[in-house]
Order: sequence, then structure tokens, then C-alpha cells
Amino acid sequence: MNALLLVIIPLVGAGVAALWPDNRTRPWLLPVVGLAHVGLTGWMFLDPPAVVADAWLAFDPLARAVLPAVSLLFLVCAAYGVSYLQIRSERPNRVFVALLLAVLGLLSAGHQARHLGLLWIATEGVTLAAVPLLHFNATPRAYEATWKYLLVGGTGIALSLLGSFCLGYASLHGGGGGDLTFVALMSQGAGLSRPWVLTAWVLLLVGYGTKMGLAPMHTWKPDAYGEAPGIVGAILAGGVTTVAFTAILRVRAVIAAAGEGPIADRTLLAIGLFSMLVAALFLLGTRDFKRMLAYSSVEHMGILSVGAALGGAGLAAALFHVWTNGLTKGTLFLSAGNIRRAAGSPSMDHVRGMAVLTPRSAAIFVTGMFAVTALPPFGPFFSELQLVRAALAGGHGTATAVFLGCLLLAFFGLTRVVFGIVDGRPRTAARANGRRFVETAGVIAPPLVLLGMSLWLGLCTPEILREAWAAAVAQLFPISTP
Amino acid sequence: MNETLNLFIGLAMGLNLLALGSSRLPSLIQAMSLQGMLLGLMPLIMEHEHLDWRLGLIALATIAGKGVVIPTLLRRAMRAANIDREIEPFIGFVPSLLLGAAGTIAAVALSQALPLLPEHAGLLLVPGAIASVLTGFVLLIGRAEAISQVCGYLILENGIYLFGLLLIHSTPLVVESGILLDVTVGVFVIGIIVDRIQRAFDSLDTRKLTALRE
Repeated sequence: MNALLLVIIPLVGAGVAALWPDNRTRPWLLPVVGLAHVGLTGWMFLDPPAVVADAWLAFDPLARAVLPAVSLLFLVCAAYGVSYLQIRSERPNRVFVALLLAVLGLLSAGHQARHLGLLWIATEGVTLAAVPLLHFNATPRAYEATWKYLLVGGTGIALSLLGSFCLGYASLHGGGGGDLTFVALMSQGAGLSRPWVLTAWVLLLVGYGTKMGLAPMHTWKPDAYGEAPGIVGAILAGGVTTVAFTAILRVRAVIAAAGEGPIADRTLLAIGLFSMLVAALFLLGTRDFKRMLAYSSVEHMGILSVGAALGGAGLAAALFHVWTNGLTKGTLFLSAGNIRRAAGSPSMDHVRGMAVLTPRSAAIFVTGMFAVTALPPFGPFFSELQLVRAALAGGHGTATAVFLGCLLLAFFGLTRVVFGIVDGRPRTAARANGRRFVETAGVIAPPLVLLGMSLWLGLCTPEILREAWAAAVAQLFPISTP
Repeated sequence: MNETLNLFIGLAMGLNLLALGSSRLPSLIQAMSLQGMLLGLMPLIMEHEHLDWRLGLIALATIAGKGVVIPTLLRRAMRAANIDREIEPFIGFVPSLLLGAAGTIAAVALSQALPLLPEHAGLLLVPGAIASVLTGFVLLIGRAEAISQVCGYLILENGIYLFGLLLIHSTPLVVESGILLDVTVGVFVIGIIVDRIQRAFDSLDTRKLTALRE
């Protein structure tokens, strides 16, 4: 029941937002619903409910291991959203607020979905609900980005539907009833028809990989993240990608139960390393600091994919990384949003000296950049360290070398852009624009809180979180629990 | 029953080639709309022995959506943008046709590699599905007008629908209705964006959408 409430509360909130008459007070619905969601998630996290095996929607160990991170990220972004929408009071925000809340509800459904069809419906719903959020700025560039997002994302999500059908047929052909709950598919195991399982894996990996932003299906990401408001970027990079990642994890468990685990792991490792490499190379070339964040997100999706390929220990590290990456990326998107607003341009050709114009946002942005490139004692350092140890323990020497090489290249690329816009003397044209942007507590505190959480995760990872990740690993590797 | 169904799938595959070969947008939309209607009739043919009202409702919704509503919207967008043909596609019409024909042959060959249940063995559903998905891809990649790309996306979805017919007995109706709803909302969202692009760029030529690149 509570699992369903996590979906219903935000959707009801979305309905209220759609009917709310006042443009000025409507944004307050975001933190109100966010707080209720965090409260309920937190309660269910501390006191995990018993899961009925064949339930379609449940707060199972995997949902427990990642959904709280998404919920926390949403709450902080919602608090930022109130100040952001105050600054943008010239634009009507009815659709924006309502759909942002709908995204939260559908994300909760997607993370908790234990049925292949329900999972697809929730993910497709998120994809569609995010569309008007992307073109909130209503510029031609924003529409162009939205168009590319729709075509690439729509095709990806269509392929994952085809993959879901293939997995259903694998069950039907293997003599099963075509029951599409993950529990039923896993229990059928080796009884699933092999050619159909492999076809399904390829289609589902490409489909959900598109949503996650794995290379070479990442092409929508720089455009969408570059043109969307910072708050939308933060939620897409920390929440929507996570639901696609959990989808891939759930499917991988079925493929492994069918006896094709090694093939699934090899493809995940290859596509993960390829994403990291592509992202690192583009990071060295890009001149736009919001597109830079998109490539950084592609890189971290690659890291998650590599982690998922490394067995139980790697998966635990990947779940840890979902938390550290989501929260740290949130810091970067929100502070980058401030800088973008003050600078009037996202390109390092036009922007410099932001340490003078927006000193607080620039300081957070630089610190966040170091955090996301795995500087200790921030969270990403520890999750990536744990991942490297899992890789070395599994005998993946070459993969580890490529992994570390890509991290280094990405570090060069990120520092190049970040210091390019922060250092130096501001351009005179930018000065006037920058003065109009005031760094109020409302736009500074949220990214700072996220940065604090990233630090806290690194310094003292709570034991209960580690226990939650271990439980999720046990759910996905039912035979060989590490 | 199988013969009628195969005839319908064969017709749908023929419409794929028609869609690939025509430069006029009205014929492309027409082909897509006819294909949608054929698809809507298929579940009725498959289940003609035990029809029930829910199946009828889904068939009716599919025919109305894919065959009437969406094509009407696209025609309106086409008139608003004052275009009726694809001038310079990225992949020419003859090459797309050849690709489509090769894809159809490949689809038949490929489907031999996938084992089918005895009751599905004589059906063209799998090759039809693969051929439509490939046709959709060629149109998505090869055409420059936004409307043609939308048609490509819809034909791709038609292919997936064809495949879904294999699971008609086993998927619960809730799931099917959810999928149908999502697809419909998706097309409406695409329609809205097409309209916005038309207003922002005064054109539906996606070659003008090139501001965002490295």
C-alpha cells in the first residue's frame, strides 16, 4: 500500500498543481510534496515492508537501495525550484510544476516496478512527462534539443518495448505462461528460450541504455541537458538515469537466471568502458559548460555499467555510486544553472571571471567538479575506489587500466572548461547582466546541501545504507550472494 | 484464419515499401494510415472465435488512433507548414526502397533463426515486425522533414505492435491498455513539439535544427 502511496502522492500533487490558480505560490507545492515523499521513503527505508513475491509494485530491496537517493535529490531540487521559479516569474509555471511532480511519481513507479510491462509504462511516462520541462525556456535551441530528445529517446524506449515482448515470448516459448513479473521470469530460469533471451537482452540494453545515456545512444543528452533549466538537468541526471539503470539491473538478473550471465556481463563491461571513453574524448573538446555536465553524466553512466558487470561486489559499488553521483551531479547542475543565468551564455568563448561575478556559485561549482572527479574525501572517490577494487579482485586488469585512463582524461576535460569560465576577468557585457543576478540563500543553499551530502557519504557512509545495498545485491544474485 | 492474417501482414509489408518510395508526404501519411487500420483489424482476425467487447474496444481504439486521428493531425501540420513533398532526403528514394527490400528479405531470413511456437509457425508476424521496424529506421534516419520522421517513428511502432500480437493471449489487458495509452500520449507530445518547431523556425525541415553541436 505504501509503495503505491509513493506513486500516488506526487501524482495527486501534480493534479493539484495543474488546478492551482496562483503562479506565485504554486512552486511551493514542489517542496511540500517532496518532503512528504522523503518522509515516506525514509520511513520505509528504516522499516522495510515485507514484499509479496508476485507483487507488481513493491518497495523491494533494489528500490530501497536507490529510491531514497532520488527522493532526497528531488526534495533539494524542489527547494531550489521555488527560488528559481521566483526569478523566472515572467513565465507561467503551471505545466512545469505539475509535470515535475508527475516525474517524481512515475520515477517512484519505475524504481518499484517488478513487472516488465509496468516498468516500461513508467519509464515511457517519465520520458514523455519530461518533454515540456526541457523546453521551459521556449527558445528555438530548446525546441531543437527537445526534438532530438523525443526522436532518440522515443526510438530507444520503443526498442525496449520490443525487447520486453521478446522476453515475454522467451517465456512463452519455454513453456511458461508468459507471466512478465521479474520473479516469474527468474524462476523460469534456464527454461527460457535462449535465442529469444539474447535478442531481448540486446534490445533492452539498447533501449534502456538510451534512456540512461550510454554511448553510442547518448546523443540526445548534451542537447537536452545543455538547454534545460539546471533543476531539470539535475533530476534527469540523478533520477531518470537511475530508473533506467535499475531496469537494466532487473533485466540482467533474468538473463543471468537463464544462464546467459557471462554474455550480459561482457556486453555491460564493453558498453560501459566505451561510454567512458567517448565521454572523456568529448569532454576534452566541448566548450559549453552545461553540455560538459551531460558528457560527465555519460561517463558516470559508463561507470555504473562497468560496476554492474563485475558481479556482487561491483554491483554494490555501483549502487553506492548511484548515490554519490546523483547528489554530486545535482550540486553541479544547480550551481551551473546559477552561473549560466548570471553569465548569459553557456560557452567558455563568452564566459569568464565568474569567480568575480558569482563567487559563491563558482566556489560550489569548482568544489563539485573536484568531488565528481573523485577527489577524496567526497563520496565519488570512495564508490569508484570500491569499484576498482572489485574489478582488480575479479581479475579485470586491462579494464581497470582503461577505466582509470578515462577518469584521468575526463579530469583534464572538466578542469579545462571549469577553470576557463571561473578564472580571469569578467567581460564588460557580462558584468551588467551578472549584477542583475543576486546569489540569494534560495539558490545557494540547495547545491551546498547536496555537496554536503556527497561529503557525508564519503566520510562516514552509514552502515544501514551498506546493508541496503547488500540486500539489493542479494536480490539480484539469488544464487551466489557475496 | 492464418491465410487472412498473412494476407494482411503481407499488405502491411507492401505499404512499408510504398512509404519508402514516395516523395509526396500525403502518400506517405496515407500508407501509414492504411497500415494502422490493417493492424487494428488483426487482433479481431486472430481471436475471431472468442471475441469479447474489451478486445473490440482495443481494436477500435487502434483503428481510430493509428488510422484516423494521427494521420489527420499530421495532414493538418503539413498544410500549416505549407509543404507536400520531401525535397532533399538524406537517403534518396531509390536507395531507401532498395534498403527496404533488402531489409524485408533479411527479416524473413532472420526470423528463421528464431524458434516459434507451433501455433505461430505459419505466420508472417515476426518477419513483418522486423521489416516494419527497419522501414521505420530508414525513414527516421533518411528523411529531413519532421513529418516524414514522425511517420517513420509510427511505422517503427507498428512493427512492435505486430510483434506484440504474438503475446496476445498472455499479456494482461491492463498492460496492453497502458502501452496503448503511452503510445497515444507520445504521439500527441510529438505533435505539439512539431507545432512549436513550426512556429519557432517557420519550417519543418530538420536540417535547420543544427544550432546544437560540438
